[in-house]
Amino acid sequence: MSKGVQQPRAVARPTDPDVDLAVPAQRREVAHGLGPVVAVVALGGVVGACARYGASLLWVTHPGSFPWTTLLVNGVGCAVIGVFMVVITEVWAAHRLVRPFFGTGVLGGFTTFSTYAVDIQKLLAAGQPRAGLAYLALTLVTALTMVWSAVWVTRRALVRRRR
Amino acid sequence: MNWLLVVLGAAIGAPLRFLTDLTVQKRHDSVFPWGTFAVNVVGCLILGVLTGAVTAGAASSQVQLFVGTGLCGALTTYSTFSYETLRLAEDGAKFYAAANVVVSVVAGLCAVFMGVAVAEALWA
Repeated sequence: MSKGVQQPRAVARPTDPDVDLAVPAQRREVAHGLGPVVAVVALGGVVGACARYGASLLWVTHPGSFPWTTLLVNGVGCAVIGVFMVVITEVWAAHRLVRPFFGTGVLGGFTTFSTYAVDIQKLLAAGQPRAGLAYLALTLVTALTMVWSAVWVTRRALVRRRR
Repeated sequence: MNWLLVVLGAAIGAPLRFLTDLTVQKRHDSVFPWGTFAVNVVGCLILGVLTGAVTAGAASSQVQLFVGTGLCGALTTYSTFSYETLRLAEDGAKFYAAANVVVSVVAGLCAVFMGVAVAEALWA
């Protein structure tokens, strides 16, 4: 999908947004001592988890009903990480703690895989296998579509701005 | 109080994900994102046990907020999981991308069911 989009500079794009030891700059990040990185990840995680908890209080999912709130939270988190990772790897030479704070902490704390899996189990246990399977598939499709389109749109916008 | 429990859980869960991911990457130099896979499956197992415990009446809503919403929620991640899947597909590792989706979902669900079964055996 990056075909046709010019890269501004030779960038080593990470696969893992949390920490990717295949990227030299990220190896250096953690070589300088883990203390500050762990602290900002924890802080970001708290912010993200509180936002998710707040969403669950605003839009309550009653037992046996379709878990729209978790689906929404995960979808939004995936869209935001797409935009953020393009910006931070391809344009913005941010401070070394920005990605751990926002990408690893906030977005990692906001989105959740465990609640997703337990939501499916709960629907199955409540005798709603169709809803369970629909939720399983819909979350996957939403998350992957969100991250894919967010990356695509952000790269396009950046290319246009450079012209 | 409820918010504080979520805060405390997340303050443990998020760094735990980061450090686990780091440790796994140091030991396995692989294209497949084993680090994220590991935290997601472990988080599913813990949340499965908790869900079973809640059903059996053995866990309070406070424990649920601390361990479930806070710790497991911050330990596991959907954003990293989907971004890694996209990056694998972009880099031509389409098989790994598809495998990441299938293996993560199947293993996550198996972990939840195992966790629930363990909790039922313990407390039901």
